[in-house]
Amino acid sequence: MIYYLLHNLLPFKQELLLLLGIFILLLTQIFGGKQHTEWTLQWVNLLLLIIVLAGFWPVGYNSAFSNMYQLTSLNAFEKSVLAFAAYIISLQGYNWLQRFEHTYEFYVLVLSSLLGMFCMLSSTNFLFFYIGLELSTLPLALLVNFQLNKKQSSEAAFKFIMSAAFASAILLLGISFLYGLSGSLNFNAVAAKLILNPFSLVAFLLFLAGVLFKVSVVPFHLWTADVYEGAPISVTAFLSVVSKASVLFVLLNLLFKVFYHLQSVWHIVMLILLLVTIVIGNLFALRQENFKRFMAFSSITQVGFILVAFLGNAYNASTAVVYFLVIYLFSNLAVFGVITYVENAFDKQNINEFKGLYKKNKFLSWVLLIGLFSLAGIPPTAGFFGKFFLIMSGSENLNYIPWITLAAVNLIISLYYYLRVAIVVFDNNVEFDAPTIAIPQPIKLSFIICIVGILITGVGSWIYHYIYSLTAAAF
Amino acid sequence: MNEGLLVILLLFLPLVTFVVNRLFIGKKWPVLSGYLATLILIITTLLSVVLAWQYYFEYGKINGTYALFIPIDEPWLSFSNSLSINFTILVDALSVMMVLVVNIVSLMVHIFSLAYMKGEDRYGYYYAYLGLFTFAMLGLVLSGNIFELFIFWELVGISSYLLIGFYYTKPEAVAAAKKAFIVTRFADFGFLIGILLLGSLSNQFDIVQMVGSLTSQQTLTQGAGTSFIGLSALTWACLLLFMGAAGKSAMFPLHIWLPDAMEGPTPVSALIHAATMVVAGVFLIARFFPIFQLDGTVLTIVGIVGAFTAFFAAIIACTQTDIKRVLAFSTISQIGYMMLALGVDDNILNPHLGYTAALFHLFTHAFFKSLLFLCAGAIIHAVHTNNMLEMGGLRKLLPVTHIGFLVGCLAIAGVPPFSGFFSKEAILFAAYQQHKWLYAVALVTAFITSFYMFRLYFSIFWNKPVKNEHTHEGNWLIKLPLLILIALVIVTGFIPFGNFISANGKPLLLPMHIGFSVIPVLLALLGIVYAAILYFKESNVPASLENSFGLVYSTVKHKFYIDELYQFITHKIIFNGIGNASAWIDKQVIDKLVNVSAGITFSFSIAIKKLQSGKVQQYLLIFIVGILCLFVLFLV
Repeated sequence: MIYYLLHNLLPFKQELLLLLGIFILLLTQIFGGKQHTEWTLQWVNLLLLIIVLAGFWPVGYNSAFSNMYQLTSLNAFEKSVLAFAAYIISLQGYNWLQRFEHTYEFYVLVLSSLLGMFCMLSSTNFLFFYIGLELSTLPLALLVNFQLNKKQSSEAAFKFIMSAAFASAILLLGISFLYGLSGSLNFNAVAAKLILNPFSLVAFLLFLAGVLFKVSVVPFHLWTADVYEGAPISVTAFLSVVSKASVLFVLLNLLFKVFYHLQSVWHIVMLILLLVTIVIGNLFALRQENFKRFMAFSSITQVGFILVAFLGNAYNASTAVVYFLVIYLFSNLAVFGVITYVENAFDKQNINEFKGLYKKNKFLSWVLLIGLFSLAGIPPTAGFFGKFFLIMSGSENLNYIPWITLAAVNLIISLYYYLRVAIVVFDNNVEFDAPTIAIPQPIKLSFIICIVGILITGVGSWIYHYIYSLTAAAF
Repeated sequence: MNEGLLVILLLFLPLVTFVVNRLFIGKKWPVLSGYLATLILIITTLLSVVLAWQYYFEYGKINGTYALFIPIDEPWLSFSNSLSINFTILVDALSVMMVLVVNIVSLMVHIFSLAYMKGEDRYGYYYAYLGLFTFAMLGLVLSGNIFELFIFWELVGISSYLLIGFYYTKPEAVAAAKKAFIVTRFADFGFLIGILLLGSLSNQFDIVQMVGSLTSQQTLTQGAGTSFIGLSALTWACLLLFMGAAGKSAMFPLHIWLPDAMEGPTPVSALIHAATMVVAGVFLIARFFPIFQLDGTVLTIVGIVGAFTAFFAAIIACTQTDIKRVLAFSTISQIGYMMLALGVDDNILNPHLGYTAALFHLFTHAFFKSLLFLCAGAIIHAVHTNNMLEMGGLRKLLPVTHIGFLVGCLAIAGVPPFSGFFSKEAILFAAYQQHKWLYAVALVTAFITSFYMFRLYFSIFWNKPVKNEHTHEGNWLIKLPLLILIALVIVTGFIPFGNFISANGKPLLLPMHIGFSVIPVLLALLGIVYAAILYFKESNVPASLENSFGLVYSTVKHKFYIDELYQFITHKIIFNGIGNASAWIDKQVIDKLVNVSAGITFSFSIAIKKLQSGKVQQYLLIFIVGILCLFVLFLV
């Protein structure tokens, strides 16, 4: 009996570990363990690392909840990536979380959101998918509000919850249409019934818009900058890396497994949206003064580039997207780590306030520079290889090459604004206005992880091959 | 030990030195970093001896032929199914020999530097760069993929750049580092095109398969036959490879960087600019030798360039007074010999004698030239000058160095029984059978070589009485490498080299005819005697000779004004003519274009600012409009 139970629960191990964490956090809170913030930080980080490792446990028996939940080794790897990102963000928020009065709640919400993402990733049913999506979104709305003494934060939370509710409504409308079409909510059943007609087109577009909202694809992106700016910086990092990555992982599954009969449609939709996204993202990023808003538009542009890969076949696209997101995790978090630290320690948010950082602290500046280089896709860094494989995947269909070239030209514009930030940091004429900088150990560790990641994931092709072997098994 | 593991350890341990010394301990504990690097080098040298022993005497020979092994072949960058680059390690007679040479010389330099560089600023970083160089050079000789080889080739160039410019506060050192880098980069440009050409002709970058497919009859009749300006594509590829080789190996007219590179620390010159990196060009041609053999024209060009460079550099060496520069020109000249030997290789008269002779000379030269350079280092360390006119009578004060230098000079002059005699004999014999007039050039060069080397020797150790009696030789760290190298120079000549290295892997008996050897040895002795007459005692005969030659002498002393010619071409013609014109286009056309497009982008960016109003209602409206637009698009 116990063996049977364990056997059934084994595919669910990463989710169970999260649940365990959430329960312990809630219980300690009820029984008044508030004094041990330091300790909590340590064990939650450890738990996240264990979840990362659990993802590499071989997948044996792989379904649960009467087949609404299915685990492939690619899923498990993706979950590990998300947990790892959460781990780095948790390290980077160290000096904020340490003196924050709601650290417990912060972790409860982050872990819940992760749980939602995990469910969403392994779902094979629209209902389960929707539950996962909502579970991952709602805690985020609360988290956005966590700069409790700032009005701006509440405004951002409000905007977020409004837009998210709206997008969910659209998404649900799409799902109900799909149900109407096929009489089932099961992915495979829906996939079998889908043929190209106006009705299925409407259903698909509504559904797709609801999903693309989460990854801020233009024109569903307008909430992004406001929310990123208002949220506490660690939450912004979480939104821009973990939340986006989870939805993009799911999107791979949905497009290549459920909607593959509509491929001719979504290729064109993707092509239009990615061009608009890249151009608009770039144009807005050009003139941002606030670092968080800047990162918002930068992440919009990056997602635009990720969509390029979707134009290829399932294997290449999945591998390129997962590989890029691993790199994006390291690069974006390297940059976010520096912003997080500077904001938490000196309350600086504007790009111009970073002037002369190099003179004050070389380490921070180099981390920022390498992160920006990787985001911009400058060769020795992993970002170059990531973009390379995205574009390789997209270029499979020769008809799209002119459009993809147009997208690639936009890389030059992005180069301008990434390097502009780098120049500001390395400006030696201005003093960085702050007392001496001492970086706590956990934050330093997060930087080292990011830098090593950026330098190794690109050159170490075995990572790409590993992901390719996972996708080959999953599709 | 497993050969794959052995090679991996051998290759990557020096990289560990680099990383650890550069990042962690180089700044804080420089002395420790020096000993760590030396310790690691001792380990890798032992490993390379094990590798060589196992290869040559245990498993390397299959049916009487040295076979090649590929212990490691991992996919590294796979761009598509047809285009992928593997990380391949190739173990064959050639690479094992090179590994041995690189490790031994590098170890000697490491030990020597412990004393020589003591107390220098950035001492730890010096060892870090030595580690980087050793790693790159080992990678270069072990590469089984031409792209991988190119990467290591460039890495060698970078570490050479870093080490030439090690005294970065000296403007000459900085200029020399830049010059070396630019000249070799220029040559590598040709090399890269050659690689791409070979890759496209054979459809792969794996060296073994590439050579195999290019030498097969089918390819020859197909793509390789495509001609461009009268030469086939394959000939062009070989010529371009030779261009890269000539840059690294300082062949005329790309030799100008090597004399200047002597601004680096002397042990570095011994390692990089005498024994290992500069012979990479010879190695490269040897590596692709089957392809070069397909086309006699290229090999003839290689031979002619080699012979000319040997002669040309030897003449210049006679007029230089900086001891390191004399040695630098002698290096150029000796590499010229190696190229000459490759060029006269022929499989009819005397099967592949040239190939073996070239590599034999590479092998012996590595030891006697690094010995000479380390001796020069010891001398400079003792008397604090590079100028041989300020030296004299040092033989009693620096006894070990004196012996070492003498042995080195005898070896390079080709006096039996020192190693240089045997390898030079083989080259001369190969040349004699193939091209009589190249043989004549080589003979004359041999005479000049022994003259200028003994001019150097007598000026340093005899000539004048000693100026400063308190000069003394360094400690055992300086003497030990010299003693080891002296032993090697005496012993290596007797190695039956043809048994180990030959173009087809089969043992080859190097010919040795006493009748043939008489002329070169007599010429060498004549050179020594002539140098002794002029320089044994202090006299004004050399000066009056210089004056009587006047214009000729000063032309040679200024290295035939080749540097000035390059200066003229680059500064006057390229910078002023082409540079100014392109600068105008850059400023007036391209910059304006960029500014205008940037302006348009910016104004567009301002124009769409209203999209981001901060009002949620509007956001949601745009959301809906977006979906509708997509829908309409598909309906129409």
